[in-house]
Order: sequence, then structure tokens, then C-alpha cells
Amino acid sequence: MTSTARRGGVHDEASGGRGPRRRYRAGSTDAYRRHRRRRVLEWVGVHAVAVAAALFFVLPFVFLFLTSVMTDSQALSTSYWPTHWVWSNYRAIFHLPGFLTWWKNSIEYAVAGTVLTVCSSVPVAFALAKFRFRGRGLAMVLVISAMMLPPQVVIIPMYIFWANQLHLTGTLWPLIIPMAFGDAYSIFLLRQFLLTIPREYLEAARVDGCGHVRTLLRVVLPMARPAVAAVALFQFFYCWNDYFGPQIYASDNPAAWTLSYGLQSLHGAHHTDWNLTMAATLLVMAPVMLVFFLAQKAFIEGVTLTGVKG
Amino acid sequence: MALGRAGREGRAERAPVPPALRRKRRREAGAVLGFLSPWLIGFSFFFVYPLVSTVYFSFMHYDGFGAPSWVGLRNYVYVFATYPHFWQALRNTLWLVVVMVALRTVFGIGIGLLITKVKTGGNLFRTAFYLPYLAPPVAATIGFAFLLNPGTGPVDHFLGDLGLPQPGWFNDPGWSKPGLTLLALWGIGDLMVIFMAALLDVPTAQYEAAELDGAGPWQRFRYVTLPNISPIIMFAVVTGVIQTMQYYTQAIVAGQVASGVIGGSGEQFEPGYPDGSTWTLPQLVYNLGFQRFDEGSACVVSLLLFVIAMAFTGLLLRRRSGLLDDLSEAGG
Repeated sequence: MTSTARRGGVHDEASGGRGPRRRYRAGSTDAYRRHRRRRVLEWVGVHAVAVAAALFFVLPFVFLFLTSVMTDSQALSTSYWPTHWVWSNYRAIFHLPGFLTWWKNSIEYAVAGTVLTVCSSVPVAFALAKFRFRGRGLAMVLVISAMMLPPQVVIIPMYIFWANQLHLTGTLWPLIIPMAFGDAYSIFLLRQFLLTIPREYLEAARVDGCGHVRTLLRVVLPMARPAVAAVALFQFFYCWNDYFGPQIYASDNPAAWTLSYGLQSLHGAHHTDWNLTMAATLLVMAPVMLVFFLAQKAFIEGVTLTGVKG
Repeated sequence: MALGRAGREGRAERAPVPPALRRKRRREAGAVLGFLSPWLIGFSFFFVYPLVSTVYFSFMHYDGFGAPSWVGLRNYVYVFATYPHFWQALRNTLWLVVVMVALRTVFGIGIGLLITKVKTGGNLFRTAFYLPYLAPPVAATIGFAFLLNPGTGPVDHFLGDLGLPQPGWFNDPGWSKPGLTLLALWGIGDLMVIFMAALLDVPTAQYEAAELDGAGPWQRFRYVTLPNISPIIMFAVVTGVIQTMQYYTQAIVAGQVASGVIGGSGEQFEPGYPDGSTWTLPQLVYNLGFQRFDEGSACVVSLLLFVIAMAFTGLLLRRRSGLLDDLSEAGG
């Protein structure tokens, strides 16, 4: 009895989650109609809530945009809608001192950081996922600990090291160089993905005479492309969004500021210019949004991989 | 588990091994070491060394220049007994852990559920809910400081138009943390995706069975959905607590924008505006180490952060030992 009901349920699920319909239709049409009305009401209810939620998530962007094309005085007034659309605000912020330099610094930091992280993390993840060696469990525990470690825990000795030994503070090097030595989060994410690649592929590669490096480059990497893409995206976003790092290492030298760090100084320097500040804010968001729309799938897969798989 | 396997391997190695196999094993070990080397160097240099130094400096008086001098436990006494912002920061952190983590988890489940129920335009809604998560934290915080700004912000007008009270948000010590919580809820996208994946994994047969047993929507949620997604809830709460321990950028930027004092070179902004209501533990490290040049006391706070973060990481590893499990038999 239960088993037939369940089988029927599974079948109905495949035809779009309309489980009970058949049962009702077999019964009275009145009950069916009642059921149908309930489903329509449910559709309306769910979508009403979804629209309300979407407003909460989207309206802030809309208001930021509307303010970014207002005049100075209107940005401080009580109107929601711009009377004239001042598109030149977007041109004006590029004339603010430093803005182009910060833009260049952000791109440098994000691109160098991403490339270095991917190159250094892939082999480590490969070893952790596909080799059996003593201390592998411990190595994973250490990777996860490093992933969870707040950056502020080690910042004092690191700052002293970069400032007093290498005299590299006031530049972005203290942020970029460590990326050449593997990033715990990227290693973890890549390893989780590599575990899902069946061992048979590796064995086939070995039978074909591939060494470990060739196996990694020719067999594993092409299969791991979505994971590598996800890691690269996350790292790019991390560098682009980083505020703490540039604040600690580069704050004394405005020529080394990144967009994320420089952005908050715009508001202070131009106290009431909310319109310009909002235009700049949207421009800092823009590359991230653009990259997301180009690589949405890899990104969402990456998020799912950290939270669910494992 | 992996450790146990390694132990067994170690015992097996005592048996006599033919030279060819031994050579092969040595080559394997070399390969493993080669692949791991970037991380081994990075880990010792950017994790072990600074961690040991942090412990060392926590017993020293050091202003960043000259030679450090031994002061015993005086930094610890200073931070816990005299430093004016320590208990404030701890209280704020506790507030954020309780309210922000709890609301983010509940809201994340809610939005995750909603998106699994949306039949028309699901993709569009999902993108809309996800987008704010991508906004750079500084940009998002400045945006919210504008939206919530008393007098000029659209949210303020809107509340006024509705005849509702208009709180001072980032300028009012009672409303600054709720303001930050609102910002955190706005950026719920990552949790939404994780919960959505977990919710879609719940076996539909269990819902059918529950429905046949006469369970209503709430009972189905309580007795089918919740038990199935509880490991993910656990994951969300623990990582949420660890993230809250690191809560920094939004708190400091909101204070800077609302007070009108910029950071950077020149003017100094003391975190915590308004009235110390946005102090968090990482900002203490910044304040002590980079504004007051008291590296020793900053290291005391760093160590406290380390202990709390590792305690919760341990909890995560124990409860979700799956993080360490292999999905396929790895070897080589």
C-alpha cells in the first residue's frame, strides 16, 4: 500500500510536483476544484512574498543608482526621483585625485592574487585529494584551521616583518606575495571537488605512461575546470573587496590604495557629495557584478561545494 | 579516521619491502612533498611563525620600533582590566553572535525555502536575492549608510512618509547594530544558495509519507525538513560565529561614514562610533596595534580571537567529520 502510494508520488513529482491532483480527480470534481483553488492561492502567496523579498534585495541598488545621477543639492533633498539626470557625475569621479590609481591598484592586486593563488593551490589540493600519505588527515585539519583563522590573529608579527625586515609597507606586495604560497580556502574547495573525480582516470593516465605532473595538467585540471573557475572567482572577489589588508599595509601611501580602501575616503573628502559617492560606489560594484554574470554557474557551484559537499 | 589509516600504514611498513617498491615509495613521497611544498612553506611562514610570535609579543612591551622588553602578564591585565573598549567589544560581539547569526540563519532558511517554492521566474528571483552578496563590503556599507542616513536617506523618507518613527541608525548607539544586521541580511546570498541545495536534497518520498500520515505544512517542516537540513544549519551557525569574530570592515566603515571622519592618512578615526556601539574584537587589534602602537596588548586580543575561532573550528570538525572524509577511495 505504502509502496504503491510512494511510487505514485514519485511519478507525480516528475510531472511537476502535482502529487495529489490525480487522487482528487479520481474522486469528486468538487474536491478537485477546491484543491485547484488552493494551488492558485498558494502560487499567488508564494510569488507575493518573493516579490516583497526581491524589493528588499533590489531597491537599495535602485536608490544608489538614482542618487548617483542626481545633482548635489537634490541628493540631499527628500525626493526619490532625479529631476535632471546628471550622467556627468560618472565622468566627474574619474577626475577626483587618486581614483584612477586606485582602480589600477585594485586590478593589479586582484589579478596577481588570483593567478598566484590558483597556481599554488592546485598542486596542494591534488596531493591532499589523490595521494595517501602519513599525516594527510592532520594536514587537512591544519588547512581547515587556517581557513577559519581570523586574519587579525597574525597581523602584528606579519606587519612587523614586512615593515622592519623587508621595508615593503606602503605597497601592495605584503598582500600579493603570500598568495604564491597557497590559500587555505582555495585548497579546501579544490580538494573537495577533486575527491569526486574517479580514481580510474588517474590509473588510466598512469597506464598511458603519465607522471604525476602530467596527470595533474592533462587529466585532472581539464576535469576540474569548474572548481578552478570557482576558486579563481572567489579569490578575485576577495582581493577586490579586501579592506583590512590595504588598510594595514598601504594606508600611509595613497598611491598604493585600492578602490575598496580609497572609496571611504571619497565620502569624507567630499562631505555632502552623496551623488558622487554613490556613483563611485556603483563603479566599485560593477566589475564584480560583471564577472558574476559572465561566470554565474561556476560561482554558484563553488558556494554549494563549500557548504554541502564534504 | 584518516589518521587511523595512516597509523596502520606505518605498521605495515615494518615488514621487509623489496628495493624496487621502496624506490617507488620514495619517489611517491618526493612527489607528495613537491606538490605540498607551496603550502608547507606558506603555512610555516604565514601561520606558525606569526602565531608563535604573537604569543611571544603578548608578554612584551613593544611599540613597533627598537627592542621589545619583557613585561610578564601586564598586557593581559591591561586589556582585561583597564583598556576601555574591551568589555564593550565583547558585549557587542555577543550581541552580533546572538542576533546577527540567528537572524541570518533563519532568514537564509526562509529565503532558501521561498526560492524552492517559486515556480515562475525562479531564476530571476534567485539572481535578485543573490546579487547583494557580491557587493564589496565597503561599497555596500557606504550604500547603506546613505540609504539609512537620518534626514537625507530614502529609507528615512519612506519611514517618515508612512508615519513611522525614523531611527538614527548608524548615528544612534541603540540602532547602529540593528543597522549592521540589516546590511548582513541583505547580503544573505551565500547562505541562500547553501540552504537551497540542502532543501532540494531532502528526499521527496519523506514529504509524501508525512502527507499521507496527515502532517500539515508546519509539521512537515518540523519533522521532515528540519532534521534533514540540521547538519547545514550547524555548519551555518558555526561558520557564522567564526565570521562574526572577524567582523570588521562593515563596522568600521559605517562608523567612519556616519561620523564624517575619514580614515587613511592624516585624520585618525577611532572605531566604535557612535558611543562605542560598533566596537568589535578585530578593531581592538587595529586600535591597539596600529593606532596606539601597543603591539603587546594587540597580541593579547589576537590570541583571544585565535582561541575562540579554534574552539568553534574544533566543533565544526567534530560535528561534520565529513569535511575530512573521502568521497572516493583516494590512494596512490
